[in-house]
Amino acid sequence: MEFLSDIASLINSTLRISTPLVFAAMAGIFAERSGVIDFSLEGKMLMAAFVAAVGSYFLGNPWLGLLLAIIACVSLSMLHGFASVTYKGDQVVSCVAINILIIGLTTALAAAWFGQAGLTPTLTEDQRFLEVNLPFAESLRDVPIVGTIYSDILSGHYVFVYLAYLTVPLVFWVVFKTSFGLRLRAVGENPSAVDTAGINVFAMRYKALAINGVLIAFAGAHLSTAVNANFFREMSAGRGYLALAAMIFGKWHPKTALIACLLFGFTDALQIRLQGVELPAIGEIPVQLIQALPYVLTVVLLAGFVGKAIAPNAIGQPYIKER
Amino acid sequence: MATVDKSRVPWWVSNLIVPLVNLTLALFVSGLFIFIAGENPYEAVRLIIYGSFGYIEGFAYTLYYTTNFIFTGLAFAVAFHCRLFNIGGEGQAYIGGLGVFLVAINFSFLPVPIVWLLAVGGAVVFGAAWAFIPAYLQATRGSHVVITTIMFNFIAASLMVFLLVDVIRDTTQMGPHTVALPEEQWFPSFEDFAALFGVKIRYSPLNISFLLAIAASFFVWFLVWKTRWGYEMRAVGHNTQAAIYAGISPNKNIIIAMCISGGLAGLLGVNEILGVHHKIVAGFPAGYGFTGIAVALMGRNHPIGIFPAAFLFGILYQGGSEVTFDMPNITRYMFVAVQGVIILFSGALENLFRPQIENFFVNRLNLKAKA
Repeated sequence: MEFLSDIASLINSTLRISTPLVFAAMAGIFAERSGVIDFSLEGKMLMAAFVAAVGSYFLGNPWLGLLLAIIACVSLSMLHGFASVTYKGDQVVSCVAINILIIGLTTALAAAWFGQAGLTPTLTEDQRFLEVNLPFAESLRDVPIVGTIYSDILSGHYVFVYLAYLTVPLVFWVVFKTSFGLRLRAVGENPSAVDTAGINVFAMRYKALAINGVLIAFAGAHLSTAVNANFFREMSAGRGYLALAAMIFGKWHPKTALIACLLFGFTDALQIRLQGVELPAIGEIPVQLIQALPYVLTVVLLAGFVGKAIAPNAIGQPYIKER
Repeated sequence: MATVDKSRVPWWVSNLIVPLVNLTLALFVSGLFIFIAGENPYEAVRLIIYGSFGYIEGFAYTLYYTTNFIFTGLAFAVAFHCRLFNIGGEGQAYIGGLGVFLVAINFSFLPVPIVWLLAVGGAVVFGAAWAFIPAYLQATRGSHVVITTIMFNFIAASLMVFLLVDVIRDTTQMGPHTVALPEEQWFPSFEDFAALFGVKIRYSPLNISFLLAIAASFFVWFLVWKTRWGYEMRAVGHNTQAAIYAGISPNKNIIIAMCISGGLAGLLGVNEILGVHHKIVAGFPAGYGFTGIAVALMGRNHPIGIFPAAFLFGILYQGGSEVTFDMPNITRYMFVAVQGVIILFSGALENLFRPQIENFFVNRLNLKAKA
């Protein structure tokens, strides 16, 4: 029984830890499928975490904090579009600029407004999202297997966890089953063909970036107003890059990207479980090395056991309309 | 957007006027941030100028920061000529510092100048080795270096904390750092140099690594613009397909460019370990690796541009620490944000006003020629 509840808690934390990665990977799919590289997921996630925490602290409602985070992230996406779609600047440089700007700005403003340590004030219970207990979770707890799955694994998560896993089929439907999705993918593969068909390439890329901004805001709000009750310096800790790696590993496809995100989440959950545990034959692994596990996994996945990753054809290239 | 015949634009318009306009815009936006944080931007500028030029030690600090930014700026620039975004300067510098320390402590029986040469070599080899894996994966597997080098920054940080806590820590002390190197191995500092002339000044971290940075700038200039390999590398960066037709191997050049880039970033470890701390302290690269990106982009990836850009960031860093002393609402992170704004305006948005400015000057020069 001990073993079973261990597994259950491991799966439970995997679902929770994967949540921001899932949102970020879905956001990345929209940008990159339209032909715009998005390394700035990291910066946008951090911005969303900051704005959601500060907004919720001043307005007293986490949903309003989330709304402000969405506005902030869409604005950053538009900035990225302005630089790289309209002004044809280098897309990677634009992303690096946004990431460094946000690392500095969020911490500097947190320090200026709330004190030296760069933290935002701890949110009270009504200023943050709380765990959602699914109906009948308590009464079903003692039923074998079903109780474990329903009450210990599926119930008791933050609202973002459920939203994240609902987003995946939605993204799949939009990208692969609607005419908007068809145009989106075409803009990323062959923009001049799309242009010939009378579709505005620039408008499509801006739309994709707007959706990207909305999705990534949920990842940040999850970090600062659900899992934690405040913002702290560089709290996104590379998750934007992990999500991007998951998306590439998933070949720009929602379903496979989801699997890669869960793999990252599981590695991270395992990493936390293994800290300070004596392993048979190996002994205790130093905590600093275990913590590097998700980052090592990212490199290994990117190196690709599944062959070379093939990106959308027009990715990273500004579209130049012929006159 | 109006297009301009590039060949008719004078060099000083595209290489001086346009960067200066972009920089002015960036500084204006940064002033807004300082205002939002609740402080007076004019007062901040006054403090920055006083802090970086107002007294001799302040100026020495400015040059010390300049030294670090030259190393990391050159590192980013070399890779960028091959169209590679090496944003792993931070991790490569960290591991480079490990190389410096291990060489210096293990070869302390050798004469000091030889130890210094070997230590510089150690920095280059260790930094290059840390860049090699991302480079190899980019060349053979297409794993994007932006993600892999960032991951190698995280991995380097974990590895170094592990080493500093469990393996090479000075067990007589509390903090996570190594034992100090023997004093005769320390690089001569600026105050030692001033003392030769009978001038007594207070401590500053400026040391002879500054000269190493100048030498590295010449090395990069020669390598990238005056050697066959530099030409091949720029060809790969400019047009990979054309380079392949010309018989140039992109994979080989990607790997070499990244390794040289990593080696240059590793040199930051020489300044920090031999020149300043004389031991490895946790987190000594302190963001210099990232600042190198802004320095290189502002300096248009050329050593002649990187030097003034590095100096400008030296002023911002040293003057910035003066600001954080006097203005309680400003922390050093404000200057990280300033870097982001500068990268945005001088890198990503460099086309914002370029056509207008170039047009303006081309038209004026035409009028003059006709008159």
